[in-house]
Amino acid sequence: MTAEPENTAIPIKVTVNGVKHEAVVEPRTLLVYFLREQLALTGTHVGCDTSQCGACTIHLNGRAVKSCTILAVQANGKEITTIEGLARGDAFHPVQEGFREKHGLQCGYCTPGMIMTAAHLLETNPDPSEEEIKHALEGNLCRCTGYVNIVESVKWAAQKMGGKNVSR
Amino acid sequence: MFPANFGYAAPRSVDEALQLLSKHGEEAKLLAGGHSLIPAMKLRLSSPRTLIDLGAVPGLRGVRLDGNTLAIGALTVHADVGSSDLVRKHLPGLAEAASVIGDVQVRNRGTIGGSVAHADPAADFPVILTALNATFVLQSTGGSRTVTADKFFVDYFTTAMEPNEILTEIIVPLPPAGTGTAYAKLAHPASGYVVVSAGAMITRQPSGSCTAARITIGGLGSGPVRAVASETELQGKALNAQNIAAAAAKAAEETDPDGDIYAGADYKRHMATVLARRAIEAAVKRAVT
Repeated sequence: MTAEPENTAIPIKVTVNGVKHEAVVEPRTLLVYFLREQLALTGTHVGCDTSQCGACTIHLNGRAVKSCTILAVQANGKEITTIEGLARGDAFHPVQEGFREKHGLQCGYCTPGMIMTAAHLLETNPDPSEEEIKHALEGNLCRCTGYVNIVESVKWAAQKMGGKNVSR
Repeated sequence: MFPANFGYAAPRSVDEALQLLSKHGEEAKLLAGGHSLIPAMKLRLSSPRTLIDLGAVPGLRGVRLDGNTLAIGALTVHADVGSSDLVRKHLPGLAEAASVIGDVQVRNRGTIGGSVAHADPAADFPVILTALNATFVLQSTGGSRTVTADKFFVDYFTTAMEPNEILTEIIVPLPPAGTGTAYAKLAHPASGYVVVSAGAMITRQPSGSCTAARITIGGLGSGPVRAVASETELQGKALNAQNIAAAAAKAAEETDPDGDIYAGADYKRHMATVLARRAIEAAVKRAVT
């Protein structure tokens, strides 16, 4: 394969929230802008834009990653879940319910990223300690500093899920 | 923030990647997980004309036992290094380092090879891999060669790699019986990068004395520094608290760090002795004979 000349748009195929998309992107397009601007999935937020704050967290092939630090072309052939794909119809994901029940959000800006990271945590560690929850959320910043209730929300979700993985 | 424009290629084999690399020369950059390169490109600190994405190249991921070494594919992400049963069993110090890099999302995407090739003086892997006496496998169209960690990290963001080479594998020797490995880190509270860190690989005899020690310090210079004075101090001594403290007290001797807004030079040197002591103590505890 020869390298495309500078700025040549590249065709990609991705599955986002179960829907297959074919698109053409500039190589320099960041995944978060592809999701927000080309697919109009604006639930994924751009916060710091420097891979610190975690507001742009999505699942790429099942793993929580920061979509501001991934090129859209790198997602070619992969499966993506965004905050919009977490609920099943009217049924919220337990982590989403937890944030509602335990007042895990104030302004809401960091919430999609927090929920995506927490959902990934509970998939890999269904019964985390408070310490493990805090460690897992290290890469997500809340500008309202509402961390206490965020941790409570994740605990609530873990309890609701009863130590079991929710089949997505 | 957006990177400057660039051309993009996604080769399907190491050979194809090498051909692209020799064709585009120094105007091209290799892309692994992108967690150092993409931020640098967004800040326009780096503006390669062509990116060669190794993400679709098979055979560069995973940890395998190869004789008396562990061979780690360059594209293995930090999370997979840290959770690998082989790594946790044989090289707990390496698992420890992998699990304190950045945050969960970074560890799910950043790669060990990318970290090593980038050679950030505040990175974790260079420090522990130098303590573990790792070797790096570099491939070019002319064949492959290996470089030991002691010779690999040359300067700030500079390694012994030639522009036409690809780092494909990291080879870590399995430590002999009675050896423990450990990593201790003072992380910057905002960035998660190393302020100061220490790696240790200590071998103890059944009698309790030290027969081999490799101790490295990170954050105090252009790359990992061997704490030779500490290593010499421990050699042949009983591995008790007093001797470990005496050795750790010499950990900053080979260094001349710059102070910065978060940590002054004296504080960094002091923390080097503290972290060296913690790493040696943890390694000794694991050095079951």
